[in-house]
Amino acid sequence: MMTAAAAAIEPKPPVKVDIRNLDFFYGDSKALKNVSMPLYFKNVTAFIGPSGCGKSTLLRVLNRMYEMYPNQRAVGEIMVDGENILNPKQDLNLLRAKLGMLFQKPTPFPMTIYDNIAFGIRMYERLSKSEMDGRVEAALRGAALWNEVKDKLGASGLSLSGGQQQRLCIARTVAIKPEVILLDEPCSALDPISTAKIEELIDELKQEYTIVIVTHNMQQAARISDYTAFMLLGDLVEFGETAMMTTKPKNQKTEDYITGRFG
Amino acid sequence: MSARANALYARRLLRERAFLGLSMAATVLGLGCLVLILTTLLIEGFVGLRLQVFTENTPPPGSDGGLLNAIAGSLVMTALGVVFGTPLGILAGTYMAEYGRYTRLTQTVRFVNDILLSAPSIVVGLFVYEIYVAQVGHFSAWAGGVALAIIVVPVVVRTTEDMLILVPDPLREAATALGAPRWHVISRVAYRAAKAGIVTGILLAVARISGETAPLLFTALNNQFWSSNLNAPMASLPVTIFQFAMSPYEDWRRLAWTGALLITAAVLALSIAARALNTKRGQ
Repeated sequence: MMTAAAAAIEPKPPVKVDIRNLDFFYGDSKALKNVSMPLYFKNVTAFIGPSGCGKSTLLRVLNRMYEMYPNQRAVGEIMVDGENILNPKQDLNLLRAKLGMLFQKPTPFPMTIYDNIAFGIRMYERLSKSEMDGRVEAALRGAALWNEVKDKLGASGLSLSGGQQQRLCIARTVAIKPEVILLDEPCSALDPISTAKIEELIDELKQEYTIVIVTHNMQQAARISDYTAFMLLGDLVEFGETAMMTTKPKNQKTEDYITGRFG
Repeated sequence: MSARANALYARRLLRERAFLGLSMAATVLGLGCLVLILTTLLIEGFVGLRLQVFTENTPPPGSDGGLLNAIAGSLVMTALGVVFGTPLGILAGTYMAEYGRYTRLTQTVRFVNDILLSAPSIVVGLFVYEIYVAQVGHFSAWAGGVALAIIVVPVVVRTTEDMLILVPDPLREAATALGAPRWHVISRVAYRAAKAGIVTGILLAVARISGETAPLLFTALNNQFWSSNLNAPMASLPVTIFQFAMSPYEDWRRLAWTGALLITAAVLALSIAARALNTKRGQ
């Protein structure tokens, strides 16, 4: 692990996503209050905080997933590569293909393992059978699942174990070549061994993708993230390098949470 | 234990036995009726069950014949009802569960649909008579199919909506998160997850309409002869049974029993198929 001093000297990486003065409403109640923070290119940013602090809400604003439901709205700016994705003219399908998302519970589609991966690819590309085979294999290798499923690609995605299902979902997400991957507590339904595998995978994925992970687990944030945002009741309390946050938090509330005094 | 508690316990025990007795009596009565109906049907139906039933048309009184035209007519009009009613029902149910789940329109449609679901089928027949048969001036298989479709629609709307609502939202979100457009999410993921349930609903709708008499009485009427003209009156099993069973002729009444047995067997088969599909879905 990088020491705090060494991390502080390194120049900041480029900003991939810039969240500026973001407010979010569920009906009349305000769930995010004037949140601003950068998400750095090819880095892992963790959103931490107690339940109901708005960390998942923030994640779901980034690919505008909230628009599936009525009476939810976001105000502010989220710049991705210099464009405000909260612009009403933003094409939502293209946005979501660019910012892939993984959920708390594994969500394999009720179809074969192969089709689970091919589902997303088929939407944007016309490929021959052999090209598609190659893409499916590459995606499964990328999610460290290939060796376990290569002999049963025709089996239902639902027949896999929970950890395998979650890696299948990662494979499905990386198969369509997103630029950012949003992870919503991806390990909370998994056992420690599956969790370790996913964490290892996240470490590899950050070579290519900008990653955001929502987690309840402070240790997990410390293990895998480069930057951490601590949120409380819709406020962003503190944002900084994970090494700094976990050792010398600037804010008393952050320290209380990290040391387990509440939350 | 105190004397008072003992008395209380004895009273509770007595009440328990009384209710158990009543429930069992009701069960025996219900099952008894069913067994009685089925045995009568089996005995009376099997007497007339011969190959002729499937190869010859309905006879005039006093001569030999079968139910071929009635069976074929039932199949044709049931098929028409399903072909008209199913797409309409699935699309409406899809709107209610997927596109307009939170809208006022959906609440209204759901309410009206529930009324339609329990509407007496003779009303449906009368309605089709009034707006279709009376306008064109003659009975027809088309009219019968339309009447049956009106009975199919609410059943399919209801099951489609219910089954789609059962599909967990995270599954839709996952597909949406891959950049899939709404229609893609519904057709490739939600329908697939709800398929067994929706098909079950369609099978139950078929079972329901295959025994309906009232909607056909003054739409398709009946036909003593073979007819493949959809624009002309057409025979059907339920209406033939209705007509034959009320007749004074012994051979007609026997055919009516056989027809009743055939319908019951078909409905039973459909119900078993629906049940099997449902069990498969539960796994």
